[in-house]
Amino acid sequence: MAAPSLTNRRTLRGWGRTAPSTALVVEPSSCDELAEIVAQAPPRGVIARGLGRSYGDVAQNAGGLVVDTHRLTRVVEFDEEHGVITAEAGCSLDALVDVVLPRGWFLPVTPGTASVTLGGAIAADVHGKNHHRDGAFARHVESLTLITPAGEQLELGPGTSGFDATAGGLGLTGIVARCTLRLLPVETGQMVVTTERARGIDELLAQLTSTDHLYRYSVAWVDGRARGAKLGRSVLLRGDHATRDDLPGGSLARERGRRLGVPPAVSAALLLRGPALSAYNVARFRRAREGRSTETVDTFFYPLDAIADWNRLYGRRGLVQYQFAVPFGAEETVRSLLERFAAANPVLVVLKQFGDASGPLSFPFPGWTVALDFAASTSGLAQLLDDADEVVAQAGGRIYLAKDARMHASLLERMYPRLEEWRSAQSALDQNGVMRCDLARRVRLVTR
Amino acid sequence: MKDALGRIQRVLVLGGGSEIAHAVLVALLAEGPLHAVLAARRPDALETAELERLGATVERVAFDALAHETHTAFFAEAFAGDDVDVVLVAFGVLGDQEHDERDAAAAVAVAQTNYVGAVSALTHVANHLRAQGHGTAVLLSSIAGQRARRSNYVYGASKAGIDVFAQGLQLALAGEDVHVMIVRPGFVRTRMTTSLKPAPFAVGPAEVATAVVAGLHNGSAVVWAPRSMRLIALVLRLLPTRILQRA
Repeated sequence: MAAPSLTNRRTLRGWGRTAPSTALVVEPSSCDELAEIVAQAPPRGVIARGLGRSYGDVAQNAGGLVVDTHRLTRVVEFDEEHGVITAEAGCSLDALVDVVLPRGWFLPVTPGTASVTLGGAIAADVHGKNHHRDGAFARHVESLTLITPAGEQLELGPGTSGFDATAGGLGLTGIVARCTLRLLPVETGQMVVTTERARGIDELLAQLTSTDHLYRYSVAWVDGRARGAKLGRSVLLRGDHATRDDLPGGSLARERGRRLGVPPAVSAALLLRGPALSAYNVARFRRAREGRSTETVDTFFYPLDAIADWNRLYGRRGLVQYQFAVPFGAEETVRSLLERFAAANPVLVVLKQFGDASGPLSFPFPGWTVALDFAASTSGLAQLLDDADEVVAQAGGRIYLAKDARMHASLLERMYPRLEEWRSAQSALDQNGVMRCDLARRVRLVTR
Repeated sequence: MKDALGRIQRVLVLGGGSEIAHAVLVALLAEGPLHAVLAARRPDALETAELERLGATVERVAFDALAHETHTAFFAEAFAGDDVDVVLVAFGVLGDQEHDERDAAAAVAVAQTNYVGAVSALTHVANHLRAQGHGTAVLLSSIAGQRARRSNYVYGASKAGIDVFAQGLQLALAGEDVHVMIVRPGFVRTRMTTSLKPAPFAVGPAEVATAVVAGLHNGSAVVWAPRSMRLIALVLRLLPTRILQRA
């Protein structure tokens, strides 16, 4: 390649550390290089990759080209008065928080890790604990610059088919070069959190239904191994940004705790199963102190970011995260799935309500969503999740493609009824089939 | 594409009539549906009913291991469509030791298929898998390649050659997500061996298949089937030549 970008052939895998593949990785240092890179894409195409936190194979492209955006991290413009920021696609949410929080702003939507780039947040149309009232990430994007597979530079705004197909489009419409984001005003860097316990699934769903509207953020940690009458027992964590009335003297400084590491040789797979996990879950449920407390934005939103490389805890075979959503009314489906999953030692289970849907391939839609982490070595996992897929599809639900690493292509159309709409917008932008990734091949997302 | 749980979507079998390859496909089908491309000299003669009943879609194509000049086009075509997750290099001939050791042309024919044909196939396969960025080539080698034996050295030498060739490919592909897995069965009861008296520790194709599928999941470089063959190979290599002259 003629461009001055760094290139090397590398093995890439998702955060789950499963299904690796080899690609030529290019690391451009300016957005201007993107068009040139796309124009020179090899036969097996190109995909952008941010910080690699997608669990599955969505940000890898076997035998093709992968554009690593880690050098495209400039903040182009920050309107402190109105809370609007324009930054390059490789800019992480973590870096953005550092820039905007001291000025009284916060991310309008954030997932459970800050190690996500702007480009990745748009490609997955990520959601956060506030989806029930604020929607997904792309709803807060005023505009984005897309390098199309034809090498054009497009300015796209919400409501255009190109924008809507890019939001949640898994990077297959082109490469996002930069975007402009509307921020949320905050008065402090602290959160006021209300902790409550629910003794079972009925109580949990009832509580979320009746009182979620009182909180900007809501998530339930579920004891995934509890069964029978205790099925779905959980700890509800709900809250909002602390105002200065809540916390007189509360500052806008970002207070980060210490970051722990996981030594490479550690495989705590043993800790993650059976009795140890049950004991942990019981303890977490029992010890949850009900009532109000204050937390930093980092401990509230990004608890796992405090442990670098926590995915290594799952050992050599890695982990699979399974996240599904089903519409309101399908509460029985949530219950029956939690029952099935309880036997397979889910390590981490969270549940929340979704609000309005957005783009045609965007995951969230009004209903319930549950995310579960499993060790990939769990016996019978493949069949368990295949069966769960069928139950989810039957209930009118879907699974989150940005996290997927194992679903069958045959379910795609049932789970994403607006797939054809997305495909036609995608193929209008990518007439030569340049944008490719392993996930797209595996589930036949793009048909050429 | 292979998925996070190691399930395979598409398999190319070179030597589509191989009973071991068939058993491997049956074992893979227990984990989920797949597409199998069976390549053989006479594709029309290949049985597909059982595989289809088990959920496979099957394609039959013509492939002649000896016709090296056709291989470039054959593999270009085989890799032109969806990604190939696994290639089973399963063709081979046993020959007739007593006859072949005196008939130079016959001995060469065994080497041509088992060694030269497989060298050509593995080279093409490795190139395509490297370009694809993922995938596994599985070579059906043999315990017979571990030490010359009086009763099967024509066959054994061809397996020894291709076994070393595959080991070399493993070295060459280090660092890529492309793997070569060498399968070294002992005596397997198949059509190919019906004329022979089963050796100790003889196994059926299904037992080899189980070991192959486990090896694919584990990312093994070498699979012995049954596992005791590993020890037997070690003993064979240490045996004094005097004893081997009789066996």
